[in-house]
Amino acid sequence: MEMRLKAKLMGVALAAGAALSMLASGPATAQAKGKEQAKEQFFPLLVYRTGPYGPNGTPWANAKQDYIKMLNARDGGINGVKITFEECETGYATDRGVECYERLKGKGPTGATLIDPQSTGITFALTEKAPIDKIPLITLGYGRSESQDGLVFKWNFPLMGSYWTAADIIIQHLGKKEGSLDNLKGKKIALIYHDSPYGKEPIPLLEERSKMHKFEFIKIPVTAPGVEQKSAWLQVRQLRPDYVLLWGWGVMNSAALKEAQATGYPRDKMFGVWWAGAEPDVKDVGEGAKGYNALNLQHSIGMSKVHQDIVKHVHDKGQGTGPKDEVGTVLYNRGLIIQMLAVESVRRAQERYGKKPLTGEQVRWGIENLALDQKKIDGLGFGGLMRPISTSCADHMGSMMARVETWDGSKWVFTSEAYTADEQILKPMVKAASAKYAEEKKIVPRTPADCQL
Amino acid sequence: MFYRENGQFKATYRADEQMLPILQDRVFMFAVVAFAFLAMPFLATDYLFLSILIPFLILTLAAIGLNLLVGYCGQISIGHAAFMGVGAYAAYNLVLRLPQLNFLVVLVLAGLIAAAVGMLFGIPSLRIKGLYLAVATLAAQFFIDWMFARVKWFTNYASSGSVSTVPIELFGWKVQSPSDKYLFLLAVLVVFTLVAKNLVRGHLGRAWMATRDMDVAAEVIGIRPVYAKLTAFGVSSFYCGMAGALYGFVYLGSWEPAAFNLTLSLKLLFMIIIGGMGSILGAYFGAAFITVLPILLNQIPLWLGLSLSTATASHLESMIFGALIVAFLILEPHGLAKLWSIGKEKLRLWPFPH
Amino acid sequence: MKRHLPVILLCAVLTAGLFTPLVTGASSPGFWVEVLLGGLMAGVLYSLVALGLVLIFKASGVFNFAQGAMVLFAALAVARLSEKMPMWAAVLIAIGIMVLFAVVVERLVLRPLVNQEPIALLMATLGVSYFLDGFGQTLWGGDIYKIEFGISKDPVMILESLFQGGILVNKDDMAAALVAIALVALLALFFQKTATGRALRAVADDHQAAQSIGIPLNRIWVIVWSVAGIVALVAGMVWGGKLGVQFSLAEVALKALPVVILGGFESVPGAIIGGLIIGVGEKMAEVFFGPVLVKTFDLAGGGIENWFAYVLALAFLLVRPEGLFGERRIDRV
Repeated sequence: MEMRLKAKLMGVALAAGAALSMLASGPATAQAKGKEQAKEQFFPLLVYRTGPYGPNGTPWANAKQDYIKMLNARDGGINGVKITFEECETGYATDRGVECYERLKGKGPTGATLIDPQSTGITFALTEKAPIDKIPLITLGYGRSESQDGLVFKWNFPLMGSYWTAADIIIQHLGKKEGSLDNLKGKKIALIYHDSPYGKEPIPLLEERSKMHKFEFIKIPVTAPGVEQKSAWLQVRQLRPDYVLLWGWGVMNSAALKEAQATGYPRDKMFGVWWAGAEPDVKDVGEGAKGYNALNLQHSIGMSKVHQDIVKHVHDKGQGTGPKDEVGTVLYNRGLIIQMLAVESVRRAQERYGKKPLTGEQVRWGIENLALDQKKIDGLGFGGLMRPISTSCADHMGSMMARVETWDGSKWVFTSEAYTADEQILKPMVKAASAKYAEEKKIVPRTPADCQL
Repeated sequence: MFYRENGQFKATYRADEQMLPILQDRVFMFAVVAFAFLAMPFLATDYLFLSILIPFLILTLAAIGLNLLVGYCGQISIGHAAFMGVGAYAAYNLVLRLPQLNFLVVLVLAGLIAAAVGMLFGIPSLRIKGLYLAVATLAAQFFIDWMFARVKWFTNYASSGSVSTVPIELFGWKVQSPSDKYLFLLAVLVVFTLVAKNLVRGHLGRAWMATRDMDVAAEVIGIRPVYAKLTAFGVSSFYCGMAGALYGFVYLGSWEPAAFNLTLSLKLLFMIIIGGMGSILGAYFGAAFITVLPILLNQIPLWLGLSLSTATASHLESMIFGALIVAFLILEPHGLAKLWSIGKEKLRLWPFPH
Repeated sequence: MKRHLPVILLCAVLTAGLFTPLVTGASSPGFWVEVLLGGLMAGVLYSLVALGLVLIFKASGVFNFAQGAMVLFAALAVARLSEKMPMWAAVLIAIGIMVLFAVVVERLVLRPLVNQEPIALLMATLGVSYFLDGFGQTLWGGDIYKIEFGISKDPVMILESLFQGGILVNKDDMAAALVAIALVALLALFFQKTATGRALRAVADDHQAAQSIGIPLNRIWVIVWSVAGIVALVAGMVWGGKLGVQFSLAEVALKALPVVILGGFESVPGAIIGGLIIGVGEKMAEVFFGPVLVKTFDLAGGGIENWFAYVLALAFLLVRPEGLFGERRIDRV
């Protein structure tokens, strides 16, 4: 009996060996097949649907898929080039993100078009690899703040905002609340942040502003994943800051709001970044989160014309990636915008290189030369959701605006007009940081002449 | 029929004490190594290098290190990824502050620093054993994690806490392309496997194994427990430190403190349990198994034509992983290495049944 | 006396550390009490998880790494079921699920591994925890789910006359503490007064002797794992009610390991006391000593509580390895 079991195990081991050899040839044959297929543009989708950040990553991922499906169904792709995609689960972990990237970067007739890593940590790792593999990274509203400088970071695109712009806008809003930025003098502003590259990004800007306006800046890190926050909020209770900025992600946000309620910190003095201001963060706190404020990159909340198209072409045909009532939520809309900008970049690149499947290098030019005015945005169905955006060789961000929204207990409501981040403060910081990066990595910044290429 | 020792007589003690006394073994091993060095760089795709072979080689090195401690010396450690982290950050700081050093020197120095830290955290093993020692190593894991996240000097005052490295350059050879990285790692691994194999065959290895089997009796016959246990911690941390430096420099390129967390420690432990504790070959098998399994689990639904959402695939992976661990522990507690040696035994009789 | 000297010293140092912020005036007495209460509450949560660990270790000699995953699984079951049916029905069905789980684990995992070395059993429970993680989320989903008890989450101020401004307490924390006390009392009754309880204690004392007088070991193990499952359910409901039921719950349960080290692997009161000590110690260290460390060494933030529990356990291991209430002496080299 025992011998037979062991023989069976040997069989398993041999089968595993056979599987490994199949695996080795697998990706190769998939690639060979791909090269013969014609008009397809491949998008790898790095997502996380599991783990502590799953609740926030899932609507984002669903939106990206839904938009692609809708384009294929409604328009037949981008000017006749069909869009294909494959999802890869990263779990917000850097090493899995790198593995997914390596696995998918060569797929499709022309390789991966571009990557939206959905994580600042993975962005840091891929920033090293993307220039070598010539695949652009779109990091809308996250990523390295200094990658706004396109002359050094040729392959990174922090479209529509970075954490420095976010922190800047919040301080501007607080200044407005207090009457003027000078009235911030002597106040205490605490940052409760996710202890990861994501959470640490805004610190340099907040320190700069704290020097400028003389407010006391307190840093309180929360260890990932951020479920245990009692000590952080006890410290808040001890220090009694005037405002608390929340830079959390995933389960950390709702935990923070619950602890704020438990320690009696007024939620209307809390301001979250645009990744801490979505439905998963506040829904299960409900009334307890009433008054909580956050930034929003979008300029409207809820449905727009593009949602009608998605419901019509995707969900009504039973092809919806996620539940139908998720369509129109904050993170879903942001995912839509990201995928739309990706697709429009391909379209722009097609204007220069032809209406065929394009390589990452060609699409990079497209992202760098995006010029979407309000008319075009309305035409795409995003009217109201977005303001115009236009990128350039030196400016990989395109626009720096955001609004403040507040949770009223059952839905988000805008409580401010659009702010624009202050270029005067940001420009020198970005220049200094990107110069430091260029020196470390021995990169020669591009000249305006290079930009024409 | 083929795998027999008939006619292979040894004339000197030296020949008798060879690592691979049977001729067929030597031929096989030579063939494998030759294939790995000469044929693989041309046959394998980039994807195979970057996603499977490179992490496999690095994790094998770390698994050998952990196996020396857990398998050969019997001290449980659930915090060994922390020592990998020590090696990685040490290498980063050495390259940053002493850029004129050759990378091989940096690698060895990083290993030595990790060894020193490992011996420090191994001191509790002199008083406690088993599960209690596991808690002590957990303390090491969390403390070292915290240290690298908080003490800014280690990350060169980077505001994001993340560090990134430049490609390695050795004597003018830039280790950048996937096959270059593969060859470099293979060379390092082969050299240090030989070192480990000889260590465990020597008097240090015997001291470790005696401590593992019955430490009181070992002390009685004169093996100093301090010497045995601390050298075990030191050598295993040396290997893990080097593996960590390679992990950071060659595989990731840029990492944050969370890259060397508890999950990686448990992964290493699973590798040696599935591969076989107390066996160098077991480290290879375990690392191969753990590296390939998630990728296999991801690809099988695609081959079968099923479309699973990535969330389900991820959960399924967790479930299959857990079930496999339990299955291995029940069916073959000595791991894949034991299966391999059973196979060799069967091969001696083949094609005869008995 | 001399043998106990190191432990007494350690306890003295800890107590001194506990009262230092109060004595030096670094914090107002009211806030100190609040941190203390917060620590006690966290401690209660850890104790609930540690209780399950102690039960299983007492009866089957296995350290159950899967306890955290069991807490999560039970909490998920209650959270999802209570969306479709009243709370009491959801709890009953969840209890049934945990009993079923106990039977399956005993059959498939414990029985085949009966005489293996402890590390093999440890690894097996680790495998079970991975399996349970994936299985629970496949069945119930990976979102954040609510467990509603109808207790308001807003804080209340008490003792306003004694302390300036009063002390902040949460009603749901008080409820959690009451639940824990009730659970411990129930367990104590169960062990002392019922026949099954006596059988459990016999098995915990000596497996072979218990078998020789006719106690069915396999059935006892099923019972123990079921009881541990129910304790996990209670722990899950308390944690989940406070923090929301989500995947990370399993990781936080890893802290229960230092708790049982402190309290002793086989002592129920030890689990409680150990949990309270760890909870209070963590919070006090983080809130009062963290900032001091940050200033002295120019650190990038606190986070002491990540490793404080483990280092404290390590210190206790070096001076009193069997824990405060443990009985068995482990071999020292």
